Amino acid sequence: MENREKKVLVIGVIGADVHAVGNKILYHAFTEAGFEVVNLGVMVSQEEYIAAAIESNADAIVVSSLYGQGELDCRGLREKCDEAGLKGIPLVVGGNIVIGKQTFEDVEKRFKDMGFDRAFPPGTAPETTIEALRELLHMEG
Amino acid sequence: MKPILLIDFGSTYTKLTAVDVEEERILGTAQSFTTIQTDVGDGLAKGLKLLEEKTGKLEYAETYACSSAAGGLRMVTSGLVPELTSEAAKLASLGAGAKVVGLYSFQLTEDDLDEIQALKPDIFLLVGGTDGGNSECILHNARMLATLPPNFPIIIAGNRSAARECARILSKHPVHICPNVLPKFGTLNIEPTQQKIRDIFLERIVQAKGLSKAAELLDDIMMPTPSAVLQAMELLSKGTENESGIGDLVAVDVGGATTDVYSMADGMPESMNTVFKGIPEPFSKRTVEGDIGMRYSIRGIVEAVGIRRIASLSGLTEERAEELISYLSDHKDLVPDGNPELTALDYALASGAVETAVARHAGTMEETYTLMGLTYVQTGKNLTHVKKIIVTGGSLIRTENTDKIARHAQYSPAQPMSLRPKAADVWVDRSYILAAMGLLSGHYPDAALRIMKKELEKHGYSQ
Repeated sequence: MENREKKVLVIGVIGADVHAVGNKILYHAFTEAGFEVVNLGVMVSQEEYIAAAIESNADAIVVSSLYGQGELDCRGLREKCDEAGLKGIPLVVGGNIVIGKQTFEDVEKRFKDMGFDRAFPPGTAPETTIEALRELLHMEG
Repeated sequence: MKPILLIDFGSTYTKLTAVDVEEERILGTAQSFTTIQTDVGDGLAKGLKLLEEKTGKLEYAETYACSSAAGGLRMVTSGLVPELTSEAAKLASLGAGAKVVGLYSFQLTEDDLDEIQALKPDIFLLVGGTDGGNSECILHNARMLATLPPNFPIIIAGNRSAARECARILSKHPVHICPNVLPKFGTLNIEPTQQKIRDIFLERIVQAKGLSKAAELLDDIMMPTPSAVLQAMELLSKGTENESGIGDLVAVDVGGATTDVYSMADGMPESMNTVFKGIPEPFSKRTVEGDIGMRYSIRGIVEAVGIRRIASLSGLTEERAEELISYLSDHKDLVPDGNPELTALDYALASGAVETAVARHAGTMEETYTLMGLTYVQTGKNLTHVKKIIVTGGSLIRTENTDKIARHAQYSPAQPMSLRPKAADVWVDRSYILAAMGLLSGHYPDAALRIMKKELEKHGYSQ
């Protein structure tokens, strides 16, 4: 039944975070890379990602956070996805997702424990994320 | 002189308006009880006689009509996510002049089917999924609906990838495919569906509701009454090539059972530090509050604003207000008629109705502190800049408190986050001509607009 050509990503900046520039760059980069992108913009709540992912039958949710509160904002997203019937949907997070001196390995582990499939440190190039998404979504090339 | 007759077949009254389109004035208006269940002809004949007593004998050049008779155009909708496609379905139906008697989200259940069958809708609107998005839900719902006897037409306006399959599943029902009401995020496309709703209303509903006999007298299409009012409001706001409109506006019609609110405005955020959330709303928006009305829904007003507020607005004690409200719920035809207590109570109820209905219609603003400073999150329409409020309905017309009641549609410091008009003129539809002018606008938009401007302002109050 599912024979659409493009994989669908729901993207946005989570929480009380108004950093709009990176979000626009990602939107263009992902679109350029051949994804169908549902861009929710800034100040996105967990519920909005989920509602958008349900209606668009999204293949993955890409969460950005740049103001350091990402860990709090992302907590419970996986559980809510499960509850909403989005079982197993790939969750990807990136940006300045935490503040303070900590190694990214620790941060990544905590986000993986929270149910995220991938977490990316500050300064990650869009290409890296695109590569990871292709892998997660079993895409050719 | 070129007299034109405009008829509004209501559930209890048939309202007639005679207009001279050459001199652009109202010749007269009349109302008579409708006996819609048997024959609308009786009510019409009685009304015409009353009208003739006022205007003298007239040879009408043309006749147009709208109808909300026999419960109006009753629709049930089903979508996927409540805030997204279900909301789009609701906006589409209300904006086409329908009454939404049932609203479902996600997958329909067997219990829902029982309810739908009992609701006996005139039209079912089946949506869900953005284009290329979720198709599982709409297909499931189509399969569920297919088990019901084909008593109502179904409009399919969801994910386009699933449209044809839904139609196949529902092959025993009369089905109509329309473009998706929410083709993608941030894009609402409800006009094609609304046009289809009006077409079906004409083809099927007019017949089914015993209006076909009356339809023979008419020169042009009939439409649901709220749809005519919407047309009038749109004309009043936007104007025509020859006559300018009055710009953004809000209109409130407080009835006995429901309260309708219309807004003609974009309502998008006005400043840079405001983030908009939710689906974009149409320029021309209608909402209906089924629990807010002066008699049948009197309890809904009390529940919404509280008995304490009713008491303080009316100056009655809470006990006395409660007593009178109970009495009014049993005597639905009672009007204040000079009685000071009932006048005060109706003032409080109408104020509560206007306040609640407009607050639900208008958007809201939330303040959030971010690292960038204070940021606002807007949901729904921002109507703060709107400069005209139009009011109608018995409780606002047959009273000396029209202006005071209507002011409750405005911004209030008690609800600072409700985005209602901050400073507006109040215009009053004292002769119930809005639906008639909507009908007239189909062929004589300039005349309809100028008559409305004159009539509504004549009884108006400036800010």
